[in-house]
Amino acid sequence: MTMRVAVTVNGTEYARDVEPRLLLIHFIRDELGLTGSHWGCDTSNCGSCVVWLDATPVKACTVLAAMADGRIVRTVEDLEQDGCLDPVQQGFIECHGLQCGFCTPAMMMTARWLLDRNPDPAEAEIREVLSGQVCRCTGYENIVRSVRWAAEHAADHRGEST
Amino acid sequence: MTAGFGRMLRKEDQRFVRGMGTYVDDVYLPGMLYGAVLRSPHPHARIASIDTVAAEAHPKVRAVITGETLAGRDLAWMPTLAGDRQAVLATDKVRFQGQEVAFVVAEDHYAARDALELIDVEYEPLPAVADARRALDADAPVVRDDLDLTGNHIFDWESGDAERTDQVFRDAEVTVSQDMLYPRVHPAPLETCGIVADFNKVSGKLTVWATTQAPHAHRTLYSLVVGLPEHKIRVISPDIGGGFGNKVPIYPGYLCAIVGSMITGRPVKWVEDRSENLMSTSFARDFHMRGEMAASRDGKIRAVRVTVLADHGAFNGAAQPTKYPAGFFGVFTGSYDLEAAHCQVTGVYTNKAPGGVAYSCSFRITEAVYLVERMVDMLAFELDLDPAELRMRNLLRPEQFPYTCQTGWTYDSGDYPRTLRLAMDMAGYEDLRKEQAAERARGHLVGIGVSFFTEAVGAGPRKHMDILGIGMADGVELRVHPTGTAVLSISVQTQGQGHETTFAQIVAEELGLSPDDVEVVHGDTDQTPFGLGTYGSRSTPVSGAATAIVARKVRERARIVAAAMLEVDPEDLEWGDGRWSVKGDPDSGRTIAEIAWAAHSNLELPDGIEGQLDATCVYNPPNLTYPFGAYICVVDVDPGTGKVDVRRFIAVDDCGVRINPMIVEGQVHGGLADGIGMALMESIVFDADGNCLGGSFMDYLLPTSLECPSWELGATVTPSPHHPIGAKGVGESATVGSPPAVVNAVIDALRPYGVRHADMPLTPAQVWRAIQGRPFRTDLAIS
Repeated sequence: MTMRVAVTVNGTEYARDVEPRLLLIHFIRDELGLTGSHWGCDTSNCGSCVVWLDATPVKACTVLAAMADGRIVRTVEDLEQDGCLDPVQQGFIECHGLQCGFCTPAMMMTARWLLDRNPDPAEAEIREVLSGQVCRCTGYENIVRSVRWAAEHAADHRGEST
Repeated sequence: MTAGFGRMLRKEDQRFVRGMGTYVDDVYLPGMLYGAVLRSPHPHARIASIDTVAAEAHPKVRAVITGETLAGRDLAWMPTLAGDRQAVLATDKVRFQGQEVAFVVAEDHYAARDALELIDVEYEPLPAVADARRALDADAPVVRDDLDLTGNHIFDWESGDAERTDQVFRDAEVTVSQDMLYPRVHPAPLETCGIVADFNKVSGKLTVWATTQAPHAHRTLYSLVVGLPEHKIRVISPDIGGGFGNKVPIYPGYLCAIVGSMITGRPVKWVEDRSENLMSTSFARDFHMRGEMAASRDGKIRAVRVTVLADHGAFNGAAQPTKYPAGFFGVFTGSYDLEAAHCQVTGVYTNKAPGGVAYSCSFRITEAVYLVERMVDMLAFELDLDPAELRMRNLLRPEQFPYTCQTGWTYDSGDYPRTLRLAMDMAGYEDLRKEQAAERARGHLVGIGVSFFTEAVGAGPRKHMDILGIGMADGVELRVHPTGTAVLSISVQTQGQGHETTFAQIVAEELGLSPDDVEVVHGDTDQTPFGLGTYGSRSTPVSGAATAIVARKVRERARIVAAAMLEVDPEDLEWGDGRWSVKGDPDSGRTIAEIAWAAHSNLELPDGIEGQLDATCVYNPPNLTYPFGAYICVVDVDPGTGKVDVRRFIAVDDCGVRINPMIVEGQVHGGLADGIGMALMESIVFDADGNCLGGSFMDYLLPTSLECPSWELGATVTPSPHHPIGAKGVGESATVGSPPAVVNAVIDALRPYGVRHADMPLTPAQVWRAIQGRPFRTDLAIS
């Protein structure tokens, strides 16, 4: 049995016939080929799969694709605009906020969401907001610095052109 | 000259921040099928029958593979890196919960998982042994009857001088002893293990994309196990989402996917889920240790004696140099000048997952450092001395290096007191102790923990160190193109360490090129020379050395060409500022780029000089390198709940010359978080029947941004005397050094209660119980 699911992802509408049980993370990766969002645990503990659903971060391993029908999804592939990196992306590069890179897209999506609501978050708030996501490489320090870098360079920096 | 070493942003980040990394699960091939593994629900059971008819009838299933299928190809068992054998798919019985029993290949991942439900396995459950301390009992269930064993004993290994150590203990004014457990933990990289196997029946070539830290070693093993000629196997290790040791061994799922591709003629992807990762792939530690320390009344440490019971699980799948069944645990002598030392390690089988050496442990130096650093604190407690002061009195002195310890390891270089002093200054140690006393007077539990570690990394000298007969030397190739850019091919495999950046920096430093002009090729056995891979912090000590040496070979080749260009004798040239120039005439200098063009041109070269600049090197390290460091941790403990908060963590690392300090510090940050995780949160626990209770991130707790403080790092630099650029390797230092600092801090906080020890993880429950004077065993479920 399949059902029709239509989702707007990064500004493009995609319609696919999928099984009702298909997870959103598998829809994004396997059906749409957007592999920047990752899968890490199945129990919504690690947060490697965070994407935006109607402008709110969700763990896409515990959301059905069917639940995204008619809604808007944003993934890491949408952070760069017109060849310019988002300050969050540039911050992660500048502050060594990533090592293996596996948690990074999801961390950046949450960070962007935070900065859209509070352009100048304190370290404690950054740690609180990111605490539902796990990084095994960085010990978090440089992720926090990366988000702070993005906050401090929001006005004058849209990343470097590629 | 372009400086090669120093802070440089990472080249690889450009793709990662765009979501353009290519991890194994991101590989999609035309016609690709998906595999799933059926696993045993029983810790120990005889397999009476396996019925796959219903699964095979599933419309999307293309193959169902059992142990019987594999036995027909002589693949039901595979050798482990420790020289044991491991069932790929069980044929006779299952020996741990989560063991591989069957493999389904289907058109999609969901269908493959559905079909697992259709396989009917009839098990006859057997009594299980999950407690290592019962494994050698006469009535313990025998795990490995396939080896005709009558018990669960694997090996005895000892190191040091037992007689002399016993003598020192007999004479000693003070001795302390403690049983302690380093619990079973798991590396748990965020990317689980997986493979895409693609066997081409026409060419006979097998291409695998796999999560491997050691692509060349895997290629050789696949050849030996599967029987394909090695030149028809290509292992590609693309971007790896963290490894930490988890991705060193070959797992049954990899072989099943390869066989699945051979049977179906189509590519097969298999990626394990998180429970499979935690329950079946390489765990780490599970060391039951008894430590003893002998000292004089005035605080001179004289000897250390250790006995260990090592739980290796159902198959001896530890991944370490073959001649070292307990890894490098022999470095338990730590950072101190001892009169004598001895350890005795016994390995046993249990009905638990195989493994033992993984998780950034430097081949069990984590356990060694934990043991000796806990013992030093116990001695300080006994003598009522400050633990930092006791360490300072006993640390090796700079003039003692190179220092051969009582178990025969030769530490290459160090200035230990300087490093500890810097950590104490950064911490404001004396003031911290005063503050602690004041807080204690107010009833607040504040703890200050110190650890000092010495690591031995960069395995290793080929004469002593091999894995299944393959010496642990690494090859590199450096090609310099006519226009002066270069391609470096290396055998080691980054899992986040930033090799594309740091190895380019080494070449840049040696040749005066920009690191941007050096492309690093890795992770593809068809494109890179042979080497043993990345684990045990060996990339910089071994392949980093090889890279410096191959660059120097290129430089010497360039010298001859430059001499021809300048029409002088090569001996009349000197290297400086990234140029070969005539001595005393810097304006005559020729850059490597200029020389590279000439080396490819019609310039007449001396007889016997081939032209071009390319070179290769195989580096066989003369010794390990010995990074070290001093860590200080400050914790607050809530006596009502037992909850521990890490308030501060000061880490001073000396890893010799730092190629890229930014990357070094990042590695240390990650290892410190590991230490907090292991000391306070992580443990794979089993119940008495052998059921694994740590099979998801709901139960196996990892540190988040809230458990980790803002790290305070310092550095000292004592170059390695034998490494060409003086570097030592740092990837595991913090994971090795930090757990005892955290535990020492918590025990220090509990001093008002007279607590001397409690085993990791120091969860709120364990701390609360320790306060009550009855800490529990953390490897077994509370019954």
